[in-house]
Amino acid sequence: MAAGVTPPRRAAPRWLTGRQFKRRPAGAAPGLSLAMESVDVAVRTLPSIGRLSRGPPFGRAHGRFGFSPSGRPLPPAPRSEENVDLQSTAFLLHKRWTLYSVTPLYKFSDAHLRNYARLLSAFIAAEKQKGLAVEIGIELDIKVAVSSLPDLKGSDQDHAAILVQLLSRSPASSKSSEDKLIWSGWFCCVSGDGFPENLPEDFTCLPLFLANGAESYTSIVGSWFQKTFDCYFRRLAISPLSLSWMAAMWTGCKMGKTASAIELIFSVPSLPQPLDISYAIHPEDAKALWDTVQKTPGEITQEEVDIFMDCLYSHFHRHFKIHLSATKLVKVSTSIASAHCEGTIKFLQSQYLTGVLMLLTELAISQIQ
Amino acid sequence: MQQERSSQTPKQPLQVRKSQTDLSAWRKGRTTNGEKSVQNHQSPDGQKNDSEQGSFEQALSYFKKVPDRVSLRKNTALQKSLAAVETIALQRGLPPEGFHVLLKVALSGKLADAVNARLLKCLVPASVVPEGAVVSAVSLLCVSKCSSNVQLLFIRWLITMFDYIDSKEQLHALYAVFFHLLQDEKMCPYVCHLLYLLTRKENVKPFRVRRLLELQAKMGMQCHLQALLSLYKLFCPELVTITLPGKTKNFFKNSEGPWKAAMNTVRQRNFPVHQPLLLGTAQPQSRKRKWNAQLIVPASSTSRNNLEENRGSHVDLYSTSQSFPVEQLQTFPQLLHNIHRLEFPSQMASVLTNPLLLHYMNCVKDESVYLRLHFWMSQALQEECTWCVADNHQNEEEFKIFLETIYKTECFLQEGFSSCEEFLYKSLPLWDGVCCQSQVLKLVSWIPLRSFSGMKSQLYDPLAQLFFTSSLYFKCGVLESLTELLQNWLNCHMFCPDSESESQVHSLDTTLSGLLNALAELINFVGRISTAALRLERKSSFLLHFILSFYETVCDIYLRYNLPLLILPPAGIFYPALLSMSPVILNQLCYLMYRYRTNLVAAKKNELSKKKSLQFKISSQTYREYNQYVIAMVGCLWTSNVFQKDTHPQGLRMDEELLKATAVQDYKTSFNIVYHPAMIGYAVQFLQQAFPDEATLNFSLIKGKRWNWYLEFLYAQGLEGLKAFIESSINRVSRAPHGKAEDHESEDRV
Repeated sequence: MAAGVTPPRRAAPRWLTGRQFKRRPAGAAPGLSLAMESVDVAVRTLPSIGRLSRGPPFGRAHGRFGFSPSGRPLPPAPRSEENVDLQSTAFLLHKRWTLYSVTPLYKFSDAHLRNYARLLSAFIAAEKQKGLAVEIGIELDIKVAVSSLPDLKGSDQDHAAILVQLLSRSPASSKSSEDKLIWSGWFCCVSGDGFPENLPEDFTCLPLFLANGAESYTSIVGSWFQKTFDCYFRRLAISPLSLSWMAAMWTGCKMGKTASAIELIFSVPSLPQPLDISYAIHPEDAKALWDTVQKTPGEITQEEVDIFMDCLYSHFHRHFKIHLSATKLVKVSTSIASAHCEGTIKFLQSQYLTGVLMLLTELAISQIQ
Repeated sequence: MQQERSSQTPKQPLQVRKSQTDLSAWRKGRTTNGEKSVQNHQSPDGQKNDSEQGSFEQALSYFKKVPDRVSLRKNTALQKSLAAVETIALQRGLPPEGFHVLLKVALSGKLADAVNARLLKCLVPASVVPEGAVVSAVSLLCVSKCSSNVQLLFIRWLITMFDYIDSKEQLHALYAVFFHLLQDEKMCPYVCHLLYLLTRKENVKPFRVRRLLELQAKMGMQCHLQALLSLYKLFCPELVTITLPGKTKNFFKNSEGPWKAAMNTVRQRNFPVHQPLLLGTAQPQSRKRKWNAQLIVPASSTSRNNLEENRGSHVDLYSTSQSFPVEQLQTFPQLLHNIHRLEFPSQMASVLTNPLLLHYMNCVKDESVYLRLHFWMSQALQEECTWCVADNHQNEEEFKIFLETIYKTECFLQEGFSSCEEFLYKSLPLWDGVCCQSQVLKLVSWIPLRSFSGMKSQLYDPLAQLFFTSSLYFKCGVLESLTELLQNWLNCHMFCPDSESESQVHSLDTTLSGLLNALAELINFVGRISTAALRLERKSSFLLHFILSFYETVCDIYLRYNLPLLILPPAGIFYPALLSMSPVILNQLCYLMYRYRTNLVAAKKNELSKKKSLQFKISSQTYREYNQYVIAMVGCLWTSNVFQKDTHPQGLRMDEELLKATAVQDYKTSFNIVYHPAMIGYAVQFLQQAFPDEATLNFSLIKGKRWNWYLEFLYAQGLEGLKAFIESSINRVSRAPHGKAEDHESEDRV
């Protein structure tokens, strides 16, 4: 899996002026690494969301077969000004999360989180030792904590995010050491905008699930939730189209001096051996380009995203005679976050966390719709 | 037998209980049978029976007051009594009153172990085991007068005979006593089995759970403990949890060994045709899969939504002890008895394989039920779809089964699922028309009726594309499925004319005009693709048959479904059918025209009788079109003037000059029921029968009286459609030899 591994990046010189593409001395060519990486792309999901949905293959459909928006609002302003404790979500950063979509949970209640934790911890013990019965409520090797993250939501209609943590109990002898976190996962919904319409009260809509830790724990926790709340977990892949949206949106965010290079990784299809092309761009150059492209006030349109990507492609073609449009965009990394088409994400900036989650919520909803 | 089965699958504990045969009925049957058999038997046999009965009664009274410590070897009375009891028991079974006496002796420790064991082994009931006898036996067991071997044998006997005990209320009261016996290591497996049979929800208590877990800790993983604990989990998931290893099949040791042969003998004697009544829907669970790729429809399991209620903070009206676990639902009577305290399973998708729960679902009006199923099914369909998901071809068989299951459920509920509908809309454009062909086409027939405009681009266009580019058989399959679709829509309208109650996510437009538009759109679509397909397939009779079958539903909509909708097949279908070489097709067409006529006449009559203008009425265009068709048909089958009279723009009318130029002799008569290419075979057959001596066939002989004979001959060949058409649409004037056709409808001038 390429997840979590940042491919070796060459120097990303300032080369892109934005307004015009001048021929540059060969030495100052954009960073390119033609690495023969083997990327496991056999994801058990649809190649792209677009294939199964009608109309513009992107965005949230309103109504049954309604139109999806061809534009999105600009990413919300960084939330640092708001009265949100960034510390409370800091632990979500710098980890690679695997994405799932989840259908609405039936009869889930915030009032019983402790109870859920007890049941889940017994369930994990029973699953790990098939055939041995486990009493509920006793201390077990793996402790489960289920809690609410009230800050993590977009609007008042959204349900607060739910965090599930598996902690391995430290041996009784060394009481001083803390329990070790071995797996975590969280459900969230940021600006779900009342999807689906008229959902009865018994259902809780938390369409996005993110997991970090061993797949075996994800499967146990996931199946417990599926059994208990009659929901359905599905891996959420990110289509190349969505990735290009992310590239454009995140390029446009103000980052100050700390910004690192924007890196796009493309995979060349139909080769006997996988070939990845890494394309790194200095953030200020990318921002400059984006600012010339982005004109529509208050929102970003599909057209703008296409132009932005086309500019990058034509610049690349000028230097390397490779049409990136014929390859598949598999990964986007910026200072905001890094996303892989297999459906993994790493958040890097607290203040943009909800903005990214909003986009992911949208993708999750379009998958369960 | 049934017990053995039940002990293997702890998920269906009630199989034991439900499998009880109706003993009272049997008892009656037995006495009458007995009398009869006595009469029928030869007398020596009867006498033998009598004497056996006598010695059995003597034996019983002997055992009633048997003294302590009698040795078998020395005591002939004991020997004789034992033998008498064994003879009766192993052949006919013991009467209920025998159990009191024999159980008491066997467990009192008065006799030697060997004798006690022999006594226990012959305790085979002829009808029932009285509960009182069992209860007093248990009390003897507790004072431990008998050896542990005998105790063990008694528990095994109790398990084997559990179904035959006439009532079990007092036994349930002894639950704690049995539970206490668990500590005996040797007896533990059997006691677990017995508790498994006895346990009810109220028996599951935290202290018992703890005790069982202690035993588990002491003895390790034991099948019998696993089974009992999983039953406890079933009743109280908030107390204990367990995941059963997949491979175990037998959770309990076989108990019925010593009695098996005798039970079979007695059963065969008393129940000559014994059929185990097993309605279980048990199905083999297939191997492991990825956890979130759960194409395997989840097994029914009790909802855990009562987890919170047990915390006791509030009084719950639906007391959890009242609810009936779905795992135990095995028979229809059970469903009826427990319908008020049944809960849906925790994963709604499990209803797909459980017809009983589908019945229940049918009578519960709860939106969340459908929503839960909807969410699950739409995800499962998308994730497992073999033609939408790359590299998923190895799962085609499974996906087929899954689609088949959904289809069966839809047929059962007589209702299409919206999740399935959306899936079809999304995946039809990507479908190759081959993968899971019959399943997909079947599912198409359950697409719900909606009058939204997207139907054309979502369903008709992708379907038409596949239709034109696929084989003849695929075309017939599509037509068959669209015929079903039309029927389902019509039925749906018939049986739920006002679907206001249906507060589905997407409410359907149920106004009459919406309904009529949707129906007309479907019928016209089928008309269009059929016309084109007939050209592509060179007017194949096989294809025509499927097309006309569709119209058999269409032609009767007015009368059968009371809807003002009559659409005639386009000329591109009518003429190929009329000129078809196949008598079957011609006959089918005649029947269609007869039904159209009946419907049109009824519609006309209705419109005339109701003076006020109806909002919806059959357009005069339809009448005109029908009349044109009828003229062509009558000309073609009867009056031999199709070339002159057919006025349809696509009809057969031809100029005389042109006809002469063809150089066909007697072109005028070349189309009627004698010369029509589909009928000429019958004409030949008729002539051969009527004039066996004629060397040459002279078709002109069929006229006058023989014309009528020929008609009778045709009707006798089973051409019912032709008969109905001729009798309804051709007005024969009796004196005219050929009869005279009338284009019957005067409506065309309305």
